[in-house]
Amino acid sequence: MSDQLLQLLFSGLTLGSIYSLIALALVTTFNITGVLNLALGEFAAIGALLAISLYATGMPLIAAFILSIVLVAIMGGVLERAAIYPARRASGLTLIIITIGLSISLRGLALLIWGTDTYSLPAFSKGGPFFIGGAALNPQSIWILGLAVLTLSLLYAFFELTYAGRAVKAAVINRTAARLVGINPSTVSFWAFVGSGALGAAAGIFIAPVTMTTYDMGFMLGIKGFVAAVIGGLSNVGGAVLGGLLLGVLESYSAGLISSGLKDALAIIILLAVLLLRPQGILGVLGERKI
Amino acid sequence: MSKLVKKIGLTLLTILLLIVGLIAGGCASSQNDAGSAGQAKEQGKEQGNEPYQIGAVIDISGNSSSLGVPERDTLLMLVDKLNQDGGINGHPVELTILDNKSEETEAVLAVKKLIEKNVLAVLGCSSSGPSMAMINTVQNAKVPMVSMAAASSIVEPVSDRQWVFKTAQSDIVTVKKIITYLKARDLTKVALLYMNNTYGDGGKAAFTTAAKENGIEIVAEEKFEASDKDMTPQLTKVKAGGAQAAIVWAIPPSASIITKNFKDMGLSIPLIHSHGVGNQKFIELAQGAAEGVILPIGKLAVASQIPDSDPQKKVLESYIADYQAKYNTQPNSFGGYAWDAFKLVVAAIEKAGPDRAAIRDELEKNTSGFAGISGIFNMSPQDHNGLGVDSMVLVQIKDGKWQLIK
Repeated sequence: MSDQLLQLLFSGLTLGSIYSLIALALVTTFNITGVLNLALGEFAAIGALLAISLYATGMPLIAAFILSIVLVAIMGGVLERAAIYPARRASGLTLIIITIGLSISLRGLALLIWGTDTYSLPAFSKGGPFFIGGAALNPQSIWILGLAVLTLSLLYAFFELTYAGRAVKAAVINRTAARLVGINPSTVSFWAFVGSGALGAAAGIFIAPVTMTTYDMGFMLGIKGFVAAVIGGLSNVGGAVLGGLLLGVLESYSAGLISSGLKDALAIIILLAVLLLRPQGILGVLGERKI
Repeated sequence: MSKLVKKIGLTLLTILLLIVGLIAGGCASSQNDAGSAGQAKEQGKEQGNEPYQIGAVIDISGNSSSLGVPERDTLLMLVDKLNQDGGINGHPVELTILDNKSEETEAVLAVKKLIEKNVLAVLGCSSSGPSMAMINTVQNAKVPMVSMAAASSIVEPVSDRQWVFKTAQSDIVTVKKIITYLKARDLTKVALLYMNNTYGDGGKAAFTTAAKENGIEIVAEEKFEASDKDMTPQLTKVKAGGAQAAIVWAIPPSASIITKNFKDMGLSIPLIHSHGVGNQKFIELAQGAAEGVILPIGKLAVASQIPDSDPQKKVLESYIADYQAKYNTQPNSFGGYAWDAFKLVVAAIEKAGPDRAAIRDELEKNTSGFAGISGIFNMSPQDHNGLGVDSMVLVQIKDGKWQLIK
């Protein structure tokens, strides 16, 4: 029984770190721009699909990885200029609906380019799973978890330790004041989309060997990432990672111990519970800040 | 402050509602794959005889397009050849192929159009849902229909499905094949894992019934979603349940993922899949984990390995050669279902003449020992599929290829 519990924990952590990565990108953009970018799942899907296509041309994996991240980052910037910037004075809800529109368009675009086929990438490191206490742990899971931790540390360092990071935070707290001291919020917003494009693409490529990639995989990823972000408190990067891991582990335990039919329902039940009982999220301090 | 928190909660709730709406809307829109109705007309007026009309409703675009496209290609190839050889009793055949976009309503509209065109018989559809949707219409109009889809409920009960036939092996055929394997190796405790959709449910229902009849105990039964990314939790239960073999009823990509998880967890019991993984994509996506997987499959996939004495051997080889010459790619079992449907209908028209009721009777009574691509068809008033367990073979995946299990 104990190795079963451990196996479920590993599986949950793998799933959870996937959700965490999406949630991280979501929370970062939200923190910087106040826009909840629901097209992030599509950034991940397109990043993964691009990397797979580039890899198929014979490019080394690492080159395909970097090139794909750069391309999706550019795409993020272009989309910000084309769709978010013109509507920057509209309400938050309008902007969210714009990102939903973007996500549908991107999914359609991916369908046209890649079709309905499923693609896969080879795992980053060779060799089979590790066995710890009778439970198997896939090396790719460690890569994903590692990426989540690394991203979290980098984001933390950026926001807390660098001048640019503090400037970004200032732009969020008070647009007018930030403008007065020479920070341009629309530039910040542009770079936030470039950054979340890169992060989304990286997440997509990291998870591709585990989950396989289809043109429409971004949809479910986006939802799970959103739920994870809300659980963690939308404004908190640490909370996003925690929320993602919590969601993954709960899903895994509910599927493994109770019933596999319950898994997806659970995500929505947790989301509802958090929204009703603790709308600021488990680590959230949202109310004290903005909107 | 608490007011503010409430407000934010409300906004988030609104977003949640939006997302729930999107799940419905988004899914529907993504399935709306653009595609035009494939129309093919073969005019052979030079013979002077009036052409015979045959109709086909196929899932050319949309979700099931991977099934429908090879079927359309096969039909076009066959009708060309037939007309070159002089048609049916000197009458050229005019085949009208309509696209149902993999949707039930489109299928019904298309079949009505064909019936108005006075077709002698309807071929289609590629998948079970649209096929089921057309049944009422053809029953009322009294037009013979030959489906190319799997679900056994398309032709059962025959008393309500007088006019409906089908060429793809039913779930029950696959199940029987798997049970034979289990019994031969004395494996009596199995785990059953299936996709949570029509395909998985059909397989689960058929397998559960057959297992009970054959004294095979299902010690673990788990399902998973088509979009699931990790089936380790379900497999953990299999490991704990003490199963001697695992049966998986799914199609790629989830079938490939579960196969990978299975290998990663170090499970060593035989892994048996359904015919849903009978394509190269499954092996490709599983990245080596598919080695050793056992599955029942139509003989087409292993045509070169079956003995020359097999009555299907010649038919299979000529279909493969013709298809390859025309389309420069290997045919698959879906094209094979279309081959069977077309040839059965043509053979029936040849004998019965241009009369719908006579064609139906001919299909039901005189289709026996018909060597097709999917198997030897023996139709009867009780069985409108006509395929037995011998229509499938068991293969094991070795070095990324299907290897016939002797």
